[in-house]
Amino acid sequence: MADFQRLAPEAIKHFRQGPGFWVKLKLDPWLLILVIAIMAFGLVVLYSGSGASEAAVNKQLARYAVGFFGMVVITQINLRQVQRWMPLLYIGGVLLLLAVFLFGVGAKGAQRWLAIPGFPRFQPSEIMKLVVPLTLAWYLASRPRPPHLVHVLAVLVLIAVPVVMIAKQPDLGTALLIGSSGVFVIFFAGLLWRYVIAAMVLGAAALPLLWMGMRDYQKQRVLTFLDPESDPLGSGWNIIQSKIAIGSGGINGKGWLQGTQSHLDFLPETHTDFIVAVLAEEFGLIGVCLLLGLYFLVLVRGLIICAYAAHPFDRMLAASLTLTFFVYVVVNIGMVSGLLPVVGVPLPLVSYGGTSAVTLMASLGLLMSIHARRPQRI
Amino acid sequence: MPWSKMDVQRNEVSQFKTRLWLALLLILLVFAGLITRLVYLQVVQHERYVTESNDNRQQLQAIAPTRGLIYDTNGNLLAGNRASHSLALVPEMLVGGRRGIDAALAELAQVVAIDADDIKRFKRRLNQPRRPYSPVALRFQLDAEEIAKITVNQHRLPGVRVVPELVRYYPMDDGFVHALGYVGRINDRELAKLDATNYSATHHVGKLGVERYYEAELHGTVGRQTVETNARGRVLQVLDRVEPVPGQNITLFLDAQLQQKAVQLLAGKRGAIVAIDPNTGGILAMASAPSYGANQFVTGISSANYKALRESADLPLFNRALRGRYPPASTIKPVMAIAGIDSGIIARNFSIWDPGYYQLAEGGRLYRDWKKGGHGRVNIHKSIVESVDTFYYTIAHIMGNEPMANYLARFGLGQVTIADQPEATQAVLPTKQWKRVNRNASWFPGDSLNMGIGQGFLSATPTQLATMAMVLANKGQWHQVRMIKAIDDKAVNKVSDIGRKDPTQPENLVLKRSSDWNKVHAAMVDVMHGKKGTARGSGANSSYKMAGKTGTAQVLGIKQDEDYDVEKIAERFRDHGLYIGWAPAKNPVIAIAVIIENGGGGSSSAAPLARKMFDARMLAGPNKDSKGGDNDG
Repeated sequence: MADFQRLAPEAIKHFRQGPGFWVKLKLDPWLLILVIAIMAFGLVVLYSGSGASEAAVNKQLARYAVGFFGMVVITQINLRQVQRWMPLLYIGGVLLLLAVFLFGVGAKGAQRWLAIPGFPRFQPSEIMKLVVPLTLAWYLASRPRPPHLVHVLAVLVLIAVPVVMIAKQPDLGTALLIGSSGVFVIFFAGLLWRYVIAAMVLGAAALPLLWMGMRDYQKQRVLTFLDPESDPLGSGWNIIQSKIAIGSGGINGKGWLQGTQSHLDFLPETHTDFIVAVLAEEFGLIGVCLLLGLYFLVLVRGLIICAYAAHPFDRMLAASLTLTFFVYVVVNIGMVSGLLPVVGVPLPLVSYGGTSAVTLMASLGLLMSIHARRPQRI
Repeated sequence: MPWSKMDVQRNEVSQFKTRLWLALLLILLVFAGLITRLVYLQVVQHERYVTESNDNRQQLQAIAPTRGLIYDTNGNLLAGNRASHSLALVPEMLVGGRRGIDAALAELAQVVAIDADDIKRFKRRLNQPRRPYSPVALRFQLDAEEIAKITVNQHRLPGVRVVPELVRYYPMDDGFVHALGYVGRINDRELAKLDATNYSATHHVGKLGVERYYEAELHGTVGRQTVETNARGRVLQVLDRVEPVPGQNITLFLDAQLQQKAVQLLAGKRGAIVAIDPNTGGILAMASAPSYGANQFVTGISSANYKALRESADLPLFNRALRGRYPPASTIKPVMAIAGIDSGIIARNFSIWDPGYYQLAEGGRLYRDWKKGGHGRVNIHKSIVESVDTFYYTIAHIMGNEPMANYLARFGLGQVTIADQPEATQAVLPTKQWKRVNRNASWFPGDSLNMGIGQGFLSATPTQLATMAMVLANKGQWHQVRMIKAIDDKAVNKVSDIGRKDPTQPENLVLKRSSDWNKVHAAMVDVMHGKKGTARGSGANSSYKMAGKTGTAQVLGIKQDEDYDVEKIAERFRDHGLYIGWAPAKNPVIAIAVIIENGGGGSSSAAPLARKMFDARMLAGPNKDSKGGDNDG
């Protein structure tokens, strides 16, 4: 703990000043300020990426409001007290995924949404982004650590069921995020290094199997990633255009609303998955680095919260949520800048879209809840 | 809590913290990787991507210049431009992209007629290098109904465009094509020769005639614009524009009324009429019959129609006026008379006794006159008025090949003297050397005799004969024979005025005694107005005097591949009727050549047509040479 005290003495000093407003609300001001900063910057870019649409910005603001409400509600919950409900949540989530499989609606050939009359349309897979790490943390917290192999196998099944169901929708991005959140829980449960290394080797060996299991369009994406010029007008178009957008932005960018790639429709998905290309085109390297810096601070704050957490459940959950956030950032920016294949992962807290924003804020709410209930030290 | 458990817990916590440090390390490394990637794209490769981004949004578009107009001498439009709509597909915008082309064509075929030919040519165009989102032409010349149908069905035809363009239009079509030529779609062979930049937006090029010769002047200079487009190729704004320079307008000497008269006179016949203004050398009329419509060639003639034209026994595609090689027959007799006198071979009062034939040697072959029993005593005047063959057998025999060829050449035979009709042919003015090369035989006296009456190896085009008539009428004075009168209202006296190469033209013929011209002219006037003139029927009842000479050319053979239709063969064996002349006899305003294939005698078939042309030129009203071309240019 001493290490982290040295790392962030200011923060700790701040919280030593007795139960203030934030403590009563159980919100973490650091995370809150960072999240608001990212959102504000994101809205500026979103306005440009959506083609100067005030409606889009207002809609996104409304979602953020819902997200904040959810976050505040979640921070009030003492997670350890509701742990035992996790299996029920998990089973409920899987049933919802099954419902999506049977009655789901969707677009562009993917069946992801559930439209229950009287409720807003939602993606059960988004709920699973929270439920899976919660369930896994509950399961492993009540078992010996480092986890025994049999428990690890049980956990792998718990991960595999929703991941496979979501991958079949198909929604590779969400499946990837949920899968990695589960893997992080196992890792931070203290899985022995020999198993970690063995898993990595096995994973590499299983890649061909994964290839065979992929759908044609998914295979096409990987092939396009390896050689976008092979089909510049078809599947390679997105990645070629986003690279042009980023590269032509240079260090300083073309200026807000001045991006030709995004405003002349060369760039696809300018306000959703490819929004960082708009940012890079209009605000340049400086703009992207600023955003990456904000993300980095969120991650550092997440790791600090992990370090403060005392209970194994809290630790595993906090670490998994923090690193899943990291996966969001890396997969999205990596994909848009042509380092990774195109996978539908939004840029956290920036991309237009309701569900991912609300889930992300909920997961930050979980982090805050954990932090609010850390053991007070003398 | 037992100490051992505390130990385990502490152990677990420190292991957890180690892993957190590892996670921080991973985050730092990966973020560093991302930033490296961004630096690579945004700093190292920045220039490249700026270029690609500009290439994306900016397009250099060529703008076709408007083709110059062609007017007749009175300012009537002969060749203009009209809006035409073509049907084009943008393959990238079709359902399923390029793979959806066949489906889109099938869908489209239910709306407008598309034949296999169109599709074949479309696919060829599709495989040429092109920018994404640029339309590929499928069909041309949509009519109003088709445009309406496509517009109504636009919603189910994504990627289908109706593209407007200006195309050539010939308002007075039939019968003008042999004078004007036409433009057509640029083919691969032409594409290789044309200036790729200047023609980058042009789809048509002059294929024949005036349209072909004056291609450089008519075409103009291409313009260009840099436009900003979005990804779907829609032009959002023009960033920079250089206007095209329209082609120059050309005014011809051609008189549309006279041309129409000629066409009308030739209706139902095979033949040609060429009329020249002797004061300028300008072509007033140039008709070849049968003819065809040029407009159908502009947008692409259907193969069935083209086949019909090509295979017609009457050869409508053949430009008789410029390329028809006919024996000039007796029409050269005035020139022969000039040659005889001026070369000093015969005296001015030279005469012969005509028994109705000529013999090179006692008991040899008889070279017959057209009149059995002969014309009796014949002098130069009578030889022309009554077209006495025997007289010209005699002087041809005395002269021999060389002086005849020399004098005929001075009148333009055996060479192309028309400046701006690239299809014109030189026909044949035979010399001893020519016969050696082409027939591998010596020149015999009999060859001279045939040549003397305009038969044998000698041949001439109607344009050459009209030119000969002009030089005769002008008493040896030449003008460049040409279609063009002015370009953009600037008079053109020779094509070298606009930087073209003049054709080689004989020197003016100055006779040793210039009154000899009058002698021949007087005889040619008597052809029209004399009691025994061969064309007296055509010269009768006129308010003005005219001069002329008839000719009747024997048709020597029939081509092997012609239909073996007795009636037709009999008709195709008939003589060609010819006529040259001018009017009025003094200070002429029109010189003419008329040829009617298988029309029989020239006096009955060709001369009456010439008379009507004279009348049209003389009596249609004053001021025929009013300056034209500036009315609505």
